[in-house]
Amino acid sequence: MSRIQVSCTVNGDPVDFLCDADGSLLNTLRDELGLTGIKEGCGTGDCGACSILMDDQLHCACLIFAPEATGTTITTVEGLADGDHLTPLQECFLEGAALQCGICTPGFLVAATALLKHNPNPTETEIRYALAGNLCRCTGYDKIVRAVREAAAQMREASA
Amino acid sequence: MKYFAPSTVEEAAGLLAQPNTKVFAGATDVIPQIRAGRPEPEALVDLKKIDRLVSVQRTDAKWVIGAATPTARLTGNAELAAEFPGLVEAAGLIGSDQVQSRSSLGGNLCNASPAADSVPAMVVNGVRAVIATPGGGTRTLAVEDVPAGPGRTNLVPGEFVVELEVDRAPARTGDAYLRLIPRTEMDIAVVGAGVRVTLDESGTVTDARVALGAVAPTVVRVQAAEAALIGSKLDDAALAAAAAAASAACNPIDDKRGTIAYRTHVAGVLTRRAAVIAGQRAAEKNGASR
Repeated sequence: MSRIQVSCTVNGDPVDFLCDADGSLLNTLRDELGLTGIKEGCGTGDCGACSILMDDQLHCACLIFAPEATGTTITTVEGLADGDHLTPLQECFLEGAALQCGICTPGFLVAATALLKHNPNPTETEIRYALAGNLCRCTGYDKIVRAVREAAAQMREASA
Repeated sequence: MKYFAPSTVEEAAGLLAQPNTKVFAGATDVIPQIRAGRPEPEALVDLKKIDRLVSVQRTDAKWVIGAATPTARLTGNAELAAEFPGLVEAAGLIGSDQVQSRSSLGGNLCNASPAADSVPAMVVNGVRAVIATPGGGTRTLAVEDVPAGPGRTNLVPGEFVVELEVDRAPARTGDAYLRLIPRTEMDIAVVGAGVRVTLDESGTVTDARVALGAVAPTVVRVQAAEAALIGSKLDDAALAAAAAAASAACNPIDDKRGTIAYRTHVAGVLTRRAAVIAGQRAAEKNGASR
């Protein structure tokens, strides 16, 4: 069976790749494009470790067939920072020790980035609901929620 | 497996005429099913590149929602949420924000889970499924007539749902959907209850619809509960009678999420609570046409 050619934009760069019809976008991003920040946890859309932005909407890459990426604009965790300059959210995760083993962290960073884009001042409840699709088995979530709140406060101050 | 992304309904219908070819919208069920060992079809037809299937339109007479429209676009539609808050809340309960970018009313309906959250809410609002047929035409089925059992629908091979349409809500009409899950988020309904009521100017119920999810092989419309509400002012006696009728209509399974007795009881409790919310919403629309 011939493979399918897909053209899309990933982290700001035009990208072409070949994929199988039943290949997942998650595996393609990792194996073809080397974007290993995106993780596979469950592979069924429950854990959020493979969270990406596709056309500015938060998605699980494991729930997307690779050919569906045609013509889309994708951001993975690798595309959040500007070179070595981390985003306030990433800095707050580091400062607040909002991670332990780190497997879930890329997904949390992408999901929280999506939240803060449309809600710059979320309540704790809003943060917890927005991150309900991301599972962490280490932190108990508290430090993650606090890091998101702190990042939101810093970003509001910076834009004021 | 082959992957097709047609841009018209006609093209999709033509592809579906091939053997062992299936449609998908968000794939939030299809991909986990294949991962769990279900055989892959020969080909999958992606419906999301057909404009008509990813759109929300309102006319004076009705709303038309493309079957593959992501539910995130429904929860983000203030006018739709104001007119059908219960329907939009039910759609918004499907999975996480990540899943909301993919899940759709058409997919939730045709995956045919008895616990599908949007289905009781669609039933109480009289939502109709417009179905593309292999001959190139369409037919229309009430949403409650689409599921045939867990994982099965009354669509014949080659058919797929194109859009869901719902008449504009009459004056003094409110809907509500409540579900019970063991966690706060990200779980499957133990029981779901949808209620819609229409009031007259004195606050008496002139029309009512009650539908339950996760308590039988398909969504259940409970006409005895509707009869208990109609003519009442949603007083205690009417609410208790509706709750009892809802419990009596249950034919649930026993599983780790809930026993038969528990589901049966909760169906009554949620019906009562949803009726109260629907009544309050209807009263708040007093005088306003919509």
